[in-house]
Amino acid sequence: MRASSTDLPATIEISLSVNGRRHRLSVRPWDTLLDVLRDTLDLTGTKKGCDQGQCGACTVLVDGARINSCLALAVMKDGAEVTTVEGLAKDGELHPIQRAFITHDAFQCGYCTPGQICSAVALIAEGHAGTREEIREMMSGNLCRCGAYANIIDAIEQVMGEQAKGGARGASRPDERTAR
Amino acid sequence: MNRFDYVRADSVDAAIRAAAGDPAARYIAGGTNLVDLMKYGVERPSLLVDITQLPLRGIEETSDGGLRLGALAGNSEVAFDARVRERYPLLSSAILAGASQQLRNAATTGGNLLQRTRCYYFYDVATPCNKREPGSGCSAIGGRTRIHAILGASDACIATHPSDMCVALAALDATVRVAGRDGERAIPFGEFHRLPGDAPERDNNLEQGEIILSVDLPPDRFGPHHTYIKLRDRLSYAFALVSVAAALRLENGAIAEARLALGGVAHRPWRKPDVEASLTGEKPGRAAFERAAAELLAGARGQGDNDFKIDLARRAIIRALGQAAAGKPQSQSHKRLEP
Repeated sequence: MRASSTDLPATIEISLSVNGRRHRLSVRPWDTLLDVLRDTLDLTGTKKGCDQGQCGACTVLVDGARINSCLALAVMKDGAEVTTVEGLAKDGELHPIQRAFITHDAFQCGYCTPGQICSAVALIAEGHAGTREEIREMMSGNLCRCGAYANIIDAIEQVMGEQAKGGARGASRPDERTAR
Repeated sequence: MNRFDYVRADSVDAAIRAAAGDPAARYIAGGTNLVDLMKYGVERPSLLVDITQLPLRGIEETSDGGLRLGALAGNSEVAFDARVRERYPLLSSAILAGASQQLRNAATTGGNLLQRTRCYYFYDVATPCNKREPGSGCSAIGGRTRIHAILGASDACIATHPSDMCVALAALDATVRVAGRDGERAIPFGEFHRLPGDAPERDNNLEQGEIILSVDLPPDRFGPHHTYIKLRDRLSYAFALVSVAAALRLENGAIAEARLALGGVAHRPWRKPDVEASLTGEKPGRAAFERAAAELLAGARGQGDNDFKIDLARRAIIRALGQAAAGKPQSQSHKRLEP
Protein backbone atom coordinates (compact mmCIF):
# COMPACT_ATOMS: atom_id res chain seq x y z
CA MET A 1 0.00 0.00 0.00
CA ARG A 2 1.97 2.97 1.26
CA ALA A 3 5.42 3.57 2.57
CA SER A 4 6.01 1.47 5.65
CA SER A 5 8.05 2.68 8.59
CA THR A 6 11.20 1.20 7.08
CA ASP A 7 10.59 2.79 3.70
CA LEU A 8 10.71 6.41 4.70
CA PRO A 9 9.39 9.05 2.36
CA ALA A 10 11.94 11.52 1.11
CA THR A 11 12.45 14.71 3.04
CA ILE A 12 10.64 17.78 1.80
CA GLU A 13 12.24 21.13 1.04
CA ILE A 14 10.66 24.08 2.78
CA SER A 15 11.48 27.71 3.24
CA LEU A 16 11.07 29.29 6.66
CA SER A 17 11.81 32.83 7.75
CA VAL A 18 12.83 32.78 11.40
CA ASN A 19 13.42 36.04 13.26
CA GLY A 20 13.92 37.79 9.91
CA ARG A 21 16.37 35.26 8.48
CA ARG A 22 15.30 32.99 5.64
CA HIS A 23 16.25 29.32 5.79
CA ARG A 24 15.99 26.53 3.22
CA LEU A 25 15.35 23.35 5.17
CA SER A 26 14.84 19.67 4.46
CA VAL A 27 12.21 18.31 6.82
CA ARG A 28 10.52 14.98 7.32
CA PRO A 29 6.69 15.08 7.37
CA TRP A 30 6.59 14.27 11.10
CA ASP A 31 9.07 16.93 12.20
CA THR A 32 7.29 19.49 14.35
CA LEU A 33 8.07 23.18 14.04
CA LEU A 34 9.29 23.01 17.65
CA ASP A 35 11.86 20.31 16.89
CA VAL A 36 13.06 22.08 13.75
CA LEU A 37 13.54 25.34 15.66
CA ARG A 38 15.40 23.67 18.50
CA ASP A 39 17.30 20.84 16.83
CA THR A 40 17.90 22.05 13.26
CA LEU A 41 18.21 25.79 13.78
CA ASP A 42 19.59 25.54 17.31
CA LEU A 43 17.11 28.12 18.59
CA THR A 44 16.66 26.52 21.98
CA GLY A 45 14.91 29.50 23.56
CA THR A 46 11.59 27.92 22.60
CA LYS A 47 10.98 25.20 25.17
CA LYS A 48 9.56 21.72 24.92
CA GLY A 49 7.33 21.31 27.95
CA CYS A 50 4.52 18.79 27.57
CA ASP A 51 4.92 18.36 23.79
CA GLN A 52 1.15 17.84 23.64
CA GLY A 53 -0.30 21.31 23.32
CA GLN A 54 -1.22 21.62 26.98
CA CYS A 55 1.40 23.87 28.57
CA GLY A 56 2.28 26.67 26.11
CA ALA A 57 6.06 26.54 26.73
CA CYS A 58 6.57 26.11 22.98
CA THR A 59 4.56 29.22 22.01
CA VAL A 60 5.97 31.08 18.99
CA LEU A 61 4.51 33.58 16.55
CA VAL A 62 3.75 32.26 13.06
CA ASP A 63 2.75 34.97 10.59
CA GLY A 64 2.03 37.11 13.63
CA ALA A 65 -0.25 34.64 15.41
CA ARG A 66 0.80 32.78 18.56
CA ILE A 67 0.55 29.01 18.26
CA ASN A 68 1.85 25.91 20.03
CA SER A 69 4.86 24.93 17.89
CA CYS A 70 4.74 21.36 19.26
CA LEU A 71 1.45 20.76 17.44
CA ALA A 72 2.55 22.31 14.13
CA LEU A 73 4.18 20.15 11.48
CA ALA A 74 7.08 22.09 9.97
CA VAL A 75 6.21 20.90 6.48
CA MET A 76 2.86 22.70 6.77
CA LYS A 77 4.54 26.02 7.61
CA ASP A 78 6.41 26.29 4.31
CA GLY A 79 6.88 30.00 3.52
CA ALA A 80 5.85 31.19 6.99
CA GLU A 81 7.44 33.98 9.04
CA VAL A 82 8.28 32.72 12.52
CA THR A 83 9.26 34.80 15.52
CA THR A 84 10.75 33.09 18.55
CA VAL A 85 11.83 34.59 21.86
CA GLU A 86 15.30 35.08 20.33
CA GLY A 87 13.80 37.46 17.77
CA LEU A 88 12.08 39.90 20.13
CA ALA A 89 15.02 42.06 21.22
CA LYS A 90 16.02 44.70 18.65
CA ASP A 91 19.56 46.12 18.34
CA GLY A 92 20.53 44.84 21.76
CA GLU A 93 17.43 46.37 23.38
CA LEU A 94 15.09 43.99 25.15
CA HIS A 95 11.47 44.00 24.06
CA PRO A 96 9.32 45.99 26.54
CA ILE A 97 7.67 42.75 27.65
CA GLN A 98 11.05 41.19 28.37
CA ARG A 99 12.05 44.23 30.43
CA ALA A 100 8.75 44.16 32.29
CA PHE A 101 9.20 40.45 33.14
CA ILE A 102 12.51 41.34 34.79
CA THR A 103 11.08 44.39 36.58
CA HIS A 104 8.15 42.40 37.96
CA ASP A 105 10.10 39.21 38.76
CA ALA A 106 7.66 37.36 36.51
CA PHE A 107 9.46 34.03 36.59
CA GLN A 108 11.18 31.64 38.92
CA CYS A 109 12.65 28.61 37.14
CA GLY A 110 12.22 30.32 33.77
CA TYR A 111 11.22 27.28 31.74
CA CYS A 112 7.80 28.61 30.75
CA THR A 113 9.11 32.15 30.31
CA PRO A 114 9.92 32.21 26.56
CA GLY A 115 6.41 30.90 25.86
CA GLN A 116 4.88 33.37 28.31
CA ILE A 117 6.76 36.25 26.69
CA CYS A 118 5.86 35.31 23.11
CA SER A 119 2.26 34.82 24.22
CA ALA A 120 2.20 38.19 25.98
CA VAL A 121 3.63 40.00 22.94
CA ALA A 122 0.89 38.48 20.79
CA LEU A 123 -1.80 39.22 23.37
CA ILE A 124 -0.97 42.92 23.28
CA ALA A 125 -0.92 42.98 19.47
CA GLU A 126 -4.27 41.17 19.31
CA GLY A 127 -5.90 43.88 21.39
CA HIS A 128 -8.66 41.70 22.84
CA ALA A 129 -7.64 42.05 26.48
CA GLY A 130 -8.07 45.18 28.56
CA THR A 131 -8.81 44.20 32.14
CA ARG A 132 -6.76 41.94 34.41
CA GLU A 133 -9.41 39.25 34.08
CA GLU A 134 -9.16 39.42 30.31
CA ILE A 135 -5.37 39.18 30.43
CA ARG A 136 -5.64 36.12 32.68
CA GLU A 137 -8.13 34.51 30.34
CA MET A 138 -6.11 35.24 27.21
CA MET A 139 -2.91 33.94 28.88
CA SER A 140 -4.51 30.73 30.13
CA GLY A 141 -2.72 28.66 27.49
CA ASN A 142 0.60 29.28 29.25
CA LEU A 143 1.07 27.28 32.41
CA CYS A 144 3.65 28.27 35.04
CA ARG A 145 4.30 25.54 37.57
CA CYS A 146 6.25 27.95 39.79
CA GLY A 147 3.09 30.00 40.05
CA ALA A 148 4.42 33.37 38.89
CA TYR A 149 1.04 34.22 37.41
CA ALA A 150 0.36 37.33 39.49
CA ASN A 151 3.68 38.90 38.47
CA ILE A 152 3.22 37.87 34.84
CA ILE A 153 -0.11 39.70 34.76
CA ASP A 154 1.54 42.72 36.42
CA ALA A 155 4.24 42.78 33.73
CA ILE A 156 1.73 42.59 30.89
CA GLU A 157 -0.52 45.20 32.48
CA GLN A 158 2.39 47.60 32.80
CA VAL A 159 3.39 47.29 29.13
CA MET A 160 -0.22 47.61 28.00
CA GLY A 161 -0.53 50.75 30.08
CA GLU A 162 2.67 52.25 28.67
CA GLN A 163 1.63 51.50 25.11
CA ALA A 164 -1.85 52.93 25.63
CA LYS A 165 -0.18 56.16 26.73
CA GLY A 166 2.75 56.20 24.31
CA GLY A 167 1.25 54.41 21.32
CA ALA A 168 4.39 52.31 20.99
CA ARG A 169 4.62 49.17 18.86
CA GLY A 170 1.85 46.66 19.19
CA ALA A 171 -0.56 49.15 20.73
CA SER A 172 -3.94 47.63 21.38
CA ARG A 173 -6.81 48.27 19.05
CA PRO A 174 -9.86 49.08 21.16
CA ASP A 175 -12.19 48.56 18.17
CA GLU A 176 -11.37 44.87 18.25
CA ARG A 177 -12.03 44.38 21.94
CA THR A 178 -14.14 41.39 22.87
CA ALA A 179 -17.84 42.12 23.00
CA ARG A 180 -19.39 41.42 26.37
CA MET B 1 4.69 9.69 15.93
CA ASN B 2 4.38 6.95 13.33
CA ARG B 3 5.90 7.49 9.88
CA PHE B 4 3.48 8.64 7.20
CA ASP B 5 3.25 10.08 3.72
CA TYR B 6 2.33 13.68 3.17
CA VAL B 7 0.62 15.42 0.28
CA ARG B 8 -0.49 19.01 -0.06
CA ALA B 9 -3.83 19.17 -1.85
CA ASP B 10 -4.32 22.00 -4.34
CA SER B 11 -8.04 21.43 -4.89
CA VAL B 12 -10.97 19.90 -3.02
CA ASP B 13 -11.25 17.20 -5.68
CA ALA B 14 -7.57 16.35 -5.38
CA ALA B 15 -7.91 16.12 -1.59
CA ILE B 16 -10.88 13.77 -1.86
CA ARG B 17 -9.08 11.63 -4.46
CA ALA B 18 -6.03 11.38 -2.22
CA ALA B 19 -7.98 10.42 0.91
CA ALA B 20 -10.98 8.50 -0.33
CA GLY B 21 -9.21 5.27 -1.28
CA ASP B 22 -7.34 4.82 1.99
CA PRO B 23 -9.20 4.37 5.29
CA ALA B 24 -5.99 5.22 7.18
CA ALA B 25 -5.55 8.58 5.40
CA ARG B 26 -6.43 11.73 7.35
CA TYR B 27 -7.03 15.31 6.36
CA ILE B 28 -4.99 17.79 8.35
CA ALA B 29 -5.51 21.54 8.81
CA GLY B 30 -4.88 23.04 12.27
CA GLY B 31 -3.57 19.74 13.57
CA THR B 32 -4.29 20.72 17.18
CA ASN B 33 -6.01 17.44 17.93
CA LEU B 34 -4.68 15.11 15.23
CA VAL B 35 -0.97 15.77 15.90
CA ASP B 36 -1.64 15.38 19.62
CA LEU B 37 -3.35 12.01 19.01
CA MET B 38 -0.52 10.92 16.74
CA LYS B 39 1.98 11.62 19.50
CA TYR B 40 -0.01 9.34 21.83
CA GLY B 41 -0.20 6.66 19.11
CA VAL B 42 -4.00 6.87 19.12
CA GLU B 43 -4.04 8.00 15.49
CA ARG B 44 -1.55 6.30 13.15
CA PRO B 45 -2.35 7.66 9.71
CA SER B 46 -0.73 6.23 6.60
CA LEU B 47 -1.08 9.53 4.78
CA LEU B 48 -1.76 13.12 5.79
CA VAL B 49 -3.55 15.22 3.20
CA ASP B 50 -2.76 18.85 3.97
CA ILE B 51 -5.87 20.86 3.11
CA THR B 52 -4.67 24.25 4.33
CA GLN B 53 -4.15 25.54 0.78
CA LEU B 54 -7.77 24.91 -0.24
CA PRO B 55 -10.01 27.96 -0.80
CA LEU B 56 -12.20 27.26 2.25
CA ARG B 57 -10.96 30.05 4.49
CA GLY B 58 -13.61 32.72 4.00
CA ILE B 59 -16.50 33.91 6.14
CA GLU B 60 -19.24 34.96 3.74
CA GLU B 61 -22.82 36.19 3.70
CA THR B 62 -25.35 33.66 2.40
CA SER B 63 -28.33 34.59 0.20
CA ASP B 64 -30.84 33.92 3.00
CA GLY B 65 -29.17 36.41 5.35
CA GLY B 66 -27.08 33.85 7.21
CA LEU B 67 -23.34 33.44 7.39
CA ARG B 68 -21.12 30.77 5.84
CA LEU B 69 -18.03 29.81 7.85
CA GLY B 70 -15.42 28.23 5.60
CA ALA B 71 -14.09 24.94 6.96
CA LEU B 72 -10.62 26.50 7.26
CA ALA B 73 -11.75 29.71 8.97
CA GLY B 74 -9.77 29.76 12.21
CA ASN B 75 -11.49 29.51 15.57
CA SER B 76 -10.02 32.88 16.64
CA GLU B 77 -10.94 34.46 13.36
CA VAL B 78 -14.56 33.32 13.70
CA ALA B 79 -14.79 34.29 17.38
CA PHE B 80 -13.58 37.84 16.69
CA ASP B 81 -15.26 38.35 13.32
CA ALA B 82 -17.38 41.50 13.56
CA ARG B 83 -20.38 39.84 11.86
CA VAL B 84 -20.20 36.80 14.14
CA ARG B 85 -19.96 38.97 17.26
CA GLU B 86 -22.83 41.15 16.11
CA ARG B 87 -25.20 38.44 14.85
CA TYR B 88 -24.04 35.21 16.52
CA PRO B 89 -22.57 36.28 19.85
CA LEU B 90 -23.51 32.87 21.28
CA LEU B 91 -21.08 31.25 18.84
CA SER B 92 -18.33 33.76 19.58
CA SER B 93 -18.78 33.21 23.30
CA ALA B 94 -18.70 29.42 23.07
CA ILE B 95 -15.53 29.46 20.96
CA LEU B 96 -13.80 31.75 23.46
CA ALA B 97 -14.85 29.44 26.30
CA GLY B 98 -12.77 26.67 24.75
CA ALA B 99 -9.05 25.91 24.56
CA SER B 100 -6.44 28.70 24.63
CA GLN B 101 -5.70 31.56 22.27
CA GLN B 102 -2.76 29.59 20.82
CA LEU B 103 -4.97 26.61 20.03
CA ARG B 104 -7.81 28.77 18.72
CA ASN B 105 -5.34 30.50 16.39
CA ALA B 106 -4.34 27.18 14.85
CA ALA B 107 -7.66 25.31 15.02
CA THR B 108 -10.18 25.51 12.20
CA THR B 109 -13.97 25.42 11.98
CA GLY B 110 -14.08 22.02 10.28
CA GLY B 111 -11.47 20.59 12.62
CA ASN B 112 -13.41 21.69 15.67
CA LEU B 113 -16.31 19.47 14.55
CA LEU B 114 -13.94 16.53 14.11
CA GLN B 115 -12.19 16.67 17.50
CA ARG B 116 -12.12 13.34 19.23
CA THR B 117 -13.21 12.65 22.78
CA ARG B 118 -10.87 13.45 25.67
CA CYS B 119 -11.81 10.21 27.47
CA TYR B 120 -8.67 9.19 29.40
CA TYR B 121 -8.97 5.59 28.22
CA PHE B 122 -9.32 6.57 24.56
CA TYR B 123 -5.99 8.39 24.92
CA ASP B 124 -4.30 5.56 26.82
CA VAL B 125 -3.29 2.96 24.22
CA ALA B 126 -2.48 0.48 27.00
CA THR B 127 -6.18 0.10 27.84
CA PRO B 128 -9.05 -1.42 25.85
CA CYS B 129 -11.32 1.13 24.13
CA ASN B 130 -14.10 0.40 21.68
CA LYS B 131 -13.72 3.80 20.06
CA ARG B 132 -10.01 3.33 19.43
CA GLU B 133 -10.11 -0.42 18.80
CA PRO B 134 -13.60 -1.67 18.00
CA GLY B 135 -14.55 -4.74 19.99
CA SER B 136 -11.80 -4.40 22.57
CA GLY B 137 -14.14 -3.23 25.35
CA CYS B 138 -14.74 -0.03 27.32
CA SER B 139 -12.34 0.74 30.16
CA ALA B 140 -14.28 3.81 31.23
CA ILE B 141 -17.32 1.83 32.35
CA GLY B 142 -16.45 0.91 35.91
CA GLY B 143 -13.37 3.12 35.77
CA ARG B 144 -12.79 6.82 36.44
CA THR B 145 -15.82 8.56 35.00
CA ARG B 146 -15.72 12.18 36.18
CA ILE B 147 -15.74 13.54 32.62
CA HIS B 148 -18.04 10.97 31.05
CA ALA B 149 -21.54 10.93 29.61
CA ILE B 150 -24.79 11.01 31.52
CA LEU B 151 -27.00 10.95 28.43
CA GLY B 152 -27.15 8.81 25.28
CA ALA B 153 -24.33 6.49 26.32
CA SER B 154 -24.23 2.81 25.45
CA ASP B 155 -22.73 -0.37 26.87
CA ALA B 156 -19.92 0.08 24.36
CA CYS B 157 -18.93 3.68 25.08
CA ILE B 158 -19.62 6.49 27.55
CA ALA B 159 -17.36 9.12 25.96
CA THR B 160 -18.38 12.76 25.49
CA HIS B 161 -17.76 15.15 22.61
CA PRO B 162 -15.36 17.83 23.88
CA SER B 163 -16.26 20.84 21.72
CA ASP B 164 -17.75 24.08 23.03
CA MET B 165 -18.21 25.57 19.56
CA CYS B 166 -20.35 22.60 18.50
CA VAL B 167 -22.77 23.15 21.37
CA ALA B 168 -23.47 26.65 20.08
CA LEU B 169 -23.66 25.43 16.47
CA ALA B 170 -26.22 22.82 17.55
CA ALA B 171 -28.31 25.46 19.31
CA LEU B 172 -28.07 27.76 16.29
CA ASP B 173 -29.30 25.06 13.89
CA ALA B 174 -26.22 25.24 11.68
CA THR B 175 -25.79 23.11 8.56
CA VAL B 176 -22.58 21.29 7.65
CA ARG B 177 -21.79 21.31 3.93
CA VAL B 178 -19.55 18.43 2.88
CA ALA B 179 -18.11 17.02 -0.34
CA GLY B 180 -17.12 13.48 -1.22
CA ARG B 181 -16.68 11.19 -4.19
CA ASP B 182 -20.40 11.39 -4.91
CA GLY B 183 -20.61 15.18 -4.82
CA GLU B 184 -21.81 17.62 -2.19
CA ARG B 185 -24.44 17.25 0.51
CA ALA B 186 -25.71 19.29 3.43
CA ILE B 187 -26.03 17.72 6.89
CA PRO B 188 -28.19 19.40 9.57
CA PHE B 189 -25.98 19.96 12.61
CA GLY B 190 -28.10 17.69 14.79
CA GLU B 191 -27.44 14.80 12.40
CA PHE B 192 -23.71 15.36 12.04
CA HIS B 193 -22.43 13.78 15.26
CA ARG B 194 -23.59 10.35 16.38
CA LEU B 195 -24.46 8.61 19.60
CA PRO B 196 -22.06 5.74 20.31
CA GLY B 197 -24.54 2.82 20.07
CA ASP B 198 -22.59 -0.26 19.06
CA ALA B 199 -20.24 1.64 16.72
CA PRO B 200 -18.45 4.19 18.94
CA GLU B 201 -15.50 4.26 16.54
CA ARG B 202 -17.68 6.51 14.39
CA ASP B 203 -17.93 9.98 15.92
CA ASN B 204 -19.98 11.41 13.08
CA ASN B 205 -21.83 10.56 9.88
CA LEU B 206 -19.14 11.54 7.40
CA GLU B 207 -18.30 8.86 4.85
CA GLN B 208 -14.73 7.82 4.11
CA GLY B 209 -12.99 10.63 2.24
CA GLU B 210 -15.73 13.21 2.78
CA ILE B 211 -14.43 16.68 3.57
CA ILE B 212 -16.18 19.56 5.33
CA LEU B 213 -16.53 22.62 3.08
CA SER B 214 -18.35 25.01 5.39
CA VAL B 215 -20.63 25.41 8.36
CA ASP B 216 -23.62 27.55 7.45
CA LEU B 217 -25.54 29.61 9.97
CA PRO B 218 -29.19 30.57 9.40
CA PRO B 219 -30.16 34.22 9.97
CA ASP B 220 -29.90 35.32 13.60
CA ARG B 221 -33.16 35.46 15.54
CA PHE B 222 -32.19 35.80 19.18
CA GLY B 223 -30.55 39.20 19.53
CA PRO B 224 -29.12 39.61 23.03
CA HIS B 225 -31.13 36.72 24.49
CA HIS B 226 -28.47 34.03 24.60
CA THR B 227 -25.75 32.68 26.85
CA TYR B 228 -23.04 30.05 27.02
CA ILE B 229 -22.26 28.74 30.48
CA LYS B 230 -19.31 26.39 30.85
CA LEU B 231 -18.55 24.60 34.11
CA ARG B 232 -15.19 22.87 34.50
CA ASP B 233 -12.44 21.90 36.93
CA ARG B 234 -10.37 25.04 36.20
CA LEU B 235 -11.66 28.52 35.39
CA SER B 236 -10.02 28.45 31.97
CA TYR B 237 -8.33 26.06 29.56
CA ALA B 238 -10.20 22.94 30.62
CA PHE B 239 -12.87 20.85 28.97
CA ALA B 240 -16.47 21.24 30.08
CA LEU B 241 -17.91 19.01 32.76
CA VAL B 242 -21.23 20.55 31.80
CA SER B 243 -21.95 23.40 29.42
CA VAL B 244 -25.19 25.00 28.27
CA ALA B 245 -25.98 27.05 25.19
CA ALA B 246 -29.32 28.80 25.50
CA ALA B 247 -31.09 31.22 23.17
CA LEU B 248 -34.59 32.68 23.39
CA ARG B 249 -36.75 34.80 21.13
CA LEU B 250 -39.19 36.78 23.19
CA GLU B 251 -42.44 38.35 21.99
CA ASN B 252 -44.72 40.37 24.28
CA GLY B 253 -43.05 38.96 27.34
CA ALA B 254 -43.48 35.33 26.31
CA ILE B 255 -41.10 32.82 24.77
CA ALA B 256 -41.68 32.67 21.01
CA GLU B 257 -38.78 30.31 20.33
CA ALA B 258 -36.21 28.53 22.49
CA ARG B 259 -32.95 26.72 21.84
CA LEU B 260 -31.17 24.68 24.44
CA ALA B 261 -28.10 22.48 23.96
CA LEU B 262 -25.76 20.80 26.44
CA GLY B 263 -22.06 20.04 26.15
CA GLY B 264 -19.89 17.68 28.17
CA VAL B 265 -22.74 15.27 28.86
CA ALA B 266 -23.05 13.08 25.75
CA HIS B 267 -21.34 11.76 22.65
CA ARG B 268 -22.74 14.76 20.77
CA PRO B 269 -24.22 18.13 21.72
CA TRP B 270 -27.44 17.22 23.54
CA ARG B 271 -30.57 18.88 22.23
CA LYS B 272 -34.25 17.94 22.21
CA PRO B 273 -36.46 20.00 19.88
CA ASP B 274 -39.63 18.88 21.70
CA VAL B 275 -38.35 20.37 24.97
CA GLU B 276 -37.67 23.64 23.17
CA ALA B 277 -41.13 23.53 21.59
CA SER B 278 -42.72 23.04 25.00
CA LEU B 279 -41.18 26.34 26.15
CA THR B 280 -42.96 28.22 23.36
CA GLY B 281 -45.74 30.43 24.69
CA GLU B 282 -44.48 30.16 28.27
CA LYS B 283 -43.60 33.16 30.41
CA PRO B 284 -39.85 33.08 31.02
CA GLY B 285 -39.41 32.15 34.67
CA ARG B 286 -38.22 29.60 37.15
CA ALA B 287 -41.18 27.24 36.74
CA ALA B 288 -40.82 26.93 32.98
CA PHE B 289 -37.03 26.66 33.20
CA GLU B 290 -37.15 23.92 35.84
CA ARG B 291 -39.55 21.91 33.75
CA ALA B 292 -37.38 22.31 30.63
CA ALA B 293 -34.30 21.20 32.59
CA ALA B 294 -36.09 18.10 33.87
CA GLU B 295 -37.31 17.21 30.38
CA LEU B 296 -33.92 17.75 28.71
CA LEU B 297 -32.26 15.58 31.35
CA ALA B 298 -34.91 12.86 31.31
CA GLY B 299 -33.22 9.45 31.41
CA ALA B 300 -29.89 10.87 32.57
CA ARG B 301 -27.77 8.24 34.29
CA GLY B 302 -24.51 8.70 36.13
CA GLN B 303 -21.59 6.28 36.06
CA GLY B 304 -20.52 6.87 39.65
CA ASP B 305 -17.84 9.58 39.58
CA ASN B 306 -19.98 11.74 37.31
CA ASP B 307 -23.32 11.43 39.14
CA PHE B 308 -22.89 15.08 40.16
CA LYS B 309 -23.26 16.13 36.54
CA ILE B 310 -27.01 15.48 36.54
CA ASP B 311 -27.77 18.07 39.21
CA LEU B 312 -25.03 20.38 37.92
CA ALA B 313 -26.60 20.30 34.45
CA ARG B 314 -30.07 20.90 35.87
CA ARG B 315 -28.92 23.99 37.74
CA ALA B 316 -26.84 25.22 34.80
CA ILE B 317 -29.81 24.95 32.43
CA ILE B 318 -32.04 26.99 34.77
CA ARG B 319 -29.28 29.59 35.18
CA ALA B 320 -28.62 29.76 31.44
CA LEU B 321 -32.28 30.21 30.53
CA GLY B 322 -32.49 32.97 33.12
CA GLN B 323 -29.47 34.75 31.64
CA ALA B 324 -30.85 34.38 28.13
CA ALA B 325 -34.25 35.74 29.15
CA ALA B 326 -32.61 38.71 30.86
CA GLY B 327 -30.37 39.35 27.86
CA LYS B 328 -27.34 39.07 30.15
CA PRO B 329 -24.98 36.54 28.59
CA GLN B 330 -22.22 35.01 30.69
CA SER B 331 -18.83 36.72 30.25
CA GLN B 332 -16.05 34.30 29.30
CA SER B 333 -13.37 36.36 31.04
CA HIS B 334 -15.11 37.67 34.16
CA LYS B 335 -15.95 34.30 35.59
CA ARG B 336 -18.46 35.06 38.31
CA LEU B 337 -21.74 33.49 37.23
CA GLU B 338 -24.40 36.08 36.58
CA PRO B 339 -27.55 35.30 38.57
